[in-house]
Amino acid sequence: MDFAFLSDTMGQLLAVTPVTLELWISCIAIGGVLACFVTWARVSGVPGLTQLAAAYIFVFRGSPLLIQTFLLYYGVSQFAEVRQSFVWPVLRDPFNSVVISLALCTGGYTAEIFRGGLQAVPGREIEAGRAIGMSGFTLFRRIIAPIALRQALPAYSTEVVLMMKATALASLVTVWEVTGVAQRIISHTYRTFEVFICAAIIYLVLNFIVIRLLLHVERRISPHLQGRPNAIHPGAPPEHAAGPIELPEVPR
Amino acid sequence: MIDLSLLGFGAGSWGKVLLLATLMTLAVTLVALAIGAIIGSLVAWAKLSKNLGWRFVGDAYTTVFRGVPELLIIYLIYFGGSRGVTWIGSLFGAQGFIGLPAFMAGAIGVGVISASYQAEVFRGSFLAVSSGEIEAARAIGMPRLLRFRRIVVPQILRFSLPGLGNVWQLSLKDSALVSVTGLAELMRQSQIAAGSTHLYFTFYIAGGVLYLVLTSLSDRIFGVAEKRVARSFRGSVGRG
Repeated sequence: MDFAFLSDTMGQLLAVTPVTLELWISCIAIGGVLACFVTWARVSGVPGLTQLAAAYIFVFRGSPLLIQTFLLYYGVSQFAEVRQSFVWPVLRDPFNSVVISLALCTGGYTAEIFRGGLQAVPGREIEAGRAIGMSGFTLFRRIIAPIALRQALPAYSTEVVLMMKATALASLVTVWEVTGVAQRIISHTYRTFEVFICAAIIYLVLNFIVIRLLLHVERRISPHLQGRPNAIHPGAPPEHAAGPIELPEVPR
Repeated sequence: MIDLSLLGFGAGSWGKVLLLATLMTLAVTLVALAIGAIIGSLVAWAKLSKNLGWRFVGDAYTTVFRGVPELLIIYLIYFGGSRGVTWIGSLFGAQGFIGLPAFMAGAIGVGVISASYQAEVFRGSFLAVSSGEIEAARAIGMPRLLRFRRIVVPQILRFSLPGLGNVWQLSLKDSALVSVTGLAELMRQSQIAAGSTHLYFTFYIAGGVLYLVLTSLSDRIFGVAEKRVARSFRGSVGRG
């Protein structure tokens, strides 16, 4: 075991961990907003709009993220119109370009998750809301959104972890984040396994924290869905709460 | 505008190259899925084992390989695998560096990732096999191995089909990452075509469309297979 090498590698990887986090937070934020619009279009029932949203979801879920990233970063520069337009300063920067393509992709996946949440809202709850005179936005804000969000959260945590892994693709369009730097160290030193372990620890810790945070949110917003509280020790967490962390079920 | 003649099949056009690359993508994914099935069932077995040590190994496998970027795992197999092969070669008196063939590195890389997802699918299916059936088999005196072969495995395969469909889609898209090893699959060939013609947009769109064809076709095939399998479930939900 060469601890000097390990700690040196770990230092280099930790130095670029903020880049990975920045990529992740930006694409989750933009992708989330995008997903709301796509979901809305998908369930709107407006002819044309619904099909457009379905096509969007089909394209971004059906093709590899890598080709989408390359298409945006290398592809759009094929057109002189784009190079002369106002979006060029944004798209020319690899970081922005990667964030946009990751956000577009997660927007498609998240829209399906949100739609699943919406479909899980029982019709009788909506009827009850209407019966007492709620309409439109109030109904959505008070009845539909809270139920749908609770239903969607477990699947959404999976998606969020997948995006953490997806930020690794940024290294292929010259953004130096954890995976990119790890690859550079590997090709300089040929010590694949040690470098892999260091990078893997960083990703696993990040994912662990994210999953824990989301589990906490899940418990906060839907306490009634948790297991029966412990009758002997009232303050203790419910029985199944202390289980091992659940990594994503088979996604995509 | 975009010159589409380059996507045709004539001299100097890339149609044939891209189609062959699509077949390569299919081949890598198929081999990866097979490797993943072998490793995945072993991992599922470890996760279901009564032995604490095996259970730890199984859980660690699925945690690590589902929590670490796919690209990093492919680097591990590609660079690490070559080192391993070189070491084995040196035992047999070979001199110098021996590279792991890109196809094998890619298939193992994607396979190792898909194994972690397949392990979860198999584990879930095993838990779905009703204990009554196993008891019945035991009651008529079936030995353990026969019970496993005749009662457990057929049902696991049946329950696993929808999950395996998801894993297939996932592996198909992961196989694009194998392009970093230089294997001439669809992603890599789109890159080469794009680079040598400077028509990046055209060729990445073409590659993307071919991936969409692959994913939607395999979606259909799994849909048909699921319907066929559903026939054998008496009165079950989702019967075709």
